[in-house]
Amino acid sequence: MTTETKLPFDQEYITSFSKEMNEPEWLTAHRVQALASADSLPMPRPDKTKIDKWNFSQFENLLVKSDAFASLNELPEEVKALVDVDGSDKNLYIQRNNKPAYLSVSKGLQEKGVVFTDIFTAAREYSDLLKKYFMSAVKADEHRLTALHAAFMNGGAFLYVPKNVQISEPIHSIFVHDNADANVFNHVLVVAEDNSSVVYVENYISTVESANSLFNIVTEVVANANSRIQFGAVDTLAKGVTTYVNRRGVADRDAKIEWALGLMNDGNTISETVTNLVGDGSYGDTKTVVVGRGDQIQNFTTNTIHFGKNSEGYILKHGVVKDSATSIFNGIGKIEHGATKANAEQESRVLMLSEKARGDANPILLIDEDDVTAGHAASVGRVDPIQLYYLMSRGIPQTEAERLVIHGFLAPVVNELPIEGVKKQLVEVIERKVK
Amino acid sequence: MGGSVLTIKDLHVEIEGKEILKGVNLEIKGGEIHAIMGPNGTGKSTLSSAIMGHPKYQVTGGSVTLDNEDVLEMEVDERARAGLFLAMQYPSEISGVTNADFLRSSINARREEGQEISLMKFIRTMDSKMEFLEMDPNMAQRYLNEGFSGGEKKRNEILQMMMIEPKIAILDEIDSGLDIDALKVVSKGINEMRSSEFGCLIITHYQRLLNYITPDFVHVMMQGRIVKSGGPELAQRLEAEGYDWIKQELGIEDETVGQEA
Ligand SMILES: Nc1ncnc2c1ncn2[C@@H]1O[C@H](COP(=O)(O)OP(=O)(O)OP(=O)(O)O)[C@@H](O)[C@H]1O
Ligand SMILES: [Mg+2]
Repeated sequence: MTTETKLPFDQEYITSFSKEMNEPEWLTAHRVQALASADSLPMPRPDKTKIDKWNFSQFENLLVKSDAFASLNELPEEVKALVDVDGSDKNLYIQRNNKPAYLSVSKGLQEKGVVFTDIFTAAREYSDLLKKYFMSAVKADEHRLTALHAAFMNGGAFLYVPKNVQISEPIHSIFVHDNADANVFNHVLVVAEDNSSVVYVENYISTVESANSLFNIVTEVVANANSRIQFGAVDTLAKGVTTYVNRRGVADRDAKIEWALGLMNDGNTISETVTNLVGDGSYGDTKTVVVGRGDQIQNFTTNTIHFGKNSEGYILKHGVVKDSATSIFNGIGKIEHGATKANAEQESRVLMLSEKARGDANPILLIDEDDVTAGHAASVGRVDPIQLYYLMSRGIPQTEAERLVIHGFLAPVVNELPIEGVKKQLVEVIERKVK
Repeated sequence: MGGSVLTIKDLHVEIEGKEILKGVNLEIKGGEIHAIMGPNGTGKSTLSSAIMGHPKYQVTGGSVTLDNEDVLEMEVDERARAGLFLAMQYPSEISGVTNADFLRSSINARREEGQEISLMKFIRTMDSKMEFLEMDPNMAQRYLNEGFSGGEKKRNEILQMMMIEPKIAILDEIDSGLDIDALKVVSKGINEMRSSEFGCLIITHYQRLLNYITPDFVHVMMQGRIVKSGGPELAQRLEAEGYDWIKQELGIEDETVGQEA
């Protein structure tokens, strides 16, 4: 497939799609403009992974028909497992392919002015609020995939936490992929106003075996002054799903963004997680756990950019690569001029479990300021046969010994994840994936 | 009912194409304690590693059987489940895996699915054995051997042996690097295991361990063979006089492997 291929939907189609969704004019215009620019924009270039042959633009359906879930009991078992069906998961959005399929927001949060809804409703009912932040951290014209995202956005969620509101119970989104023909251009926007705090957890989960689907995900996380956002995600999209997932945070003065990510897709995936530490005293922490298997190719770029004085950025990534999978870890700590006393630390570790598995860790520090501290550690290695021998010499079979070594390798990240629910889910996903 | 019998016949072992063991014969029965002594580089660890199935060692001749079962045909884990145990001279460190999880996996590997040891029972057993070995209780939750001192690692090997209760244990320099108190504790652990159901091969350089654990047989290894065997008095003589008299007796100039007599 060449990059010259015609896009599947034209301006007329997108305009009428936007109208059907009752979107405000600014959003229609935003889509149209992005569509017009898409062709002339270059593809992103994830370091060390060639993606020009990957299909990010050819697909048949912008929307597939899906029914809502009348109650949580209707959820597929795999999805149920992510939810406390007994009702303690009070703030929950479930999207089925492109369809907002379930929403519950506790009364308490509504009274505090918290907005949590699907992206279409947000566009209709909170147009001004959405407009203020929508595609402010990630711009439509950055490259072809962000433009396609802006043009074709067909799902997503909006979470808005007003000033001084502290939310203790997690806010949870589940994006269910259960139709092999679905293609999802999902936009999640999380905004925490000054002095607020929130824990947001999302799942991308396929319940269809192998599909030929396309996911183009942009997630913007805006942490205003002195706010704190803990963002957890466990992605488990199926083999055959090609994914571009861009999660980007902007932290204002003294704000904190903490990412806890389990990137466990089974298909080819380009993931970038960027934290812009704009404000003085801002803090960004990105913890990522990855398992690659089968013949999937994945590229994980984690980028922390320091603009603010005394800003602190931490990156910790551990990945296991099995079978003939490829996982590239790029970690970038960038300190801009003027960000005095900034501290940028990163650690990436890759463990390869088979001869054919490929792993790569590229730590990069780009520093334009003298008065800073920074450090990085990276390693790529194979399972030590002597370790396996030691475990097996106590009677533990090889597969179990490998399982122990893998869990052990990922434990330093998993155990540090700040969100208990994500930790639990991840342990289970890892268990399934390394079997 | 006696214990098990480990029989080693004319064992030849290579590492990276170099022959290290050149025909070792040895039989260890339940109830017996054997000690192997011998200068550095004479093949003692090679023998223990080959018996356990270390991936780097290649058996090129001879046989090893446990109760007439061919050990050399078995995978490493099968050897362990058949009843063999090796306390290694240099135990591996495994990050992220707690000592307790590891030991529980080891015990459950010997049980049928659904018959796993209950967590309560496991913890109780582990606690009491750790107390017996005067180990810091925190060691249960520390990562396997990671950051353990030399002596702590050795104690941890003995803990594993006591938890797993093998039929035949090989202890490769379990005493090296131990202070006097640790030596006593480790000896106490080994003596605790002594029974007609338990056979043991102790590889050591020092009589001092054998002061606490009286061996039934003492063997001397040189040039990849057992060149002399005797009772406990042999160890005492070696301690007092060194190896020269044996070398003279046998006409050996260089006792390490790769040198022919
Ligand atoms: N990878 C290797 N390549 C070549 N020779 C090796 C290799 N590994 C071990 N050897 C040699 O095998 C011989 C026997 O080693 P072994 O570890 O069995 O000795 P040992 O009797 O246990 O000595 P020590 O008392 O020092 O522990 C030594 O000469 C050693 O150098
Ligand atoms: Mg040795």
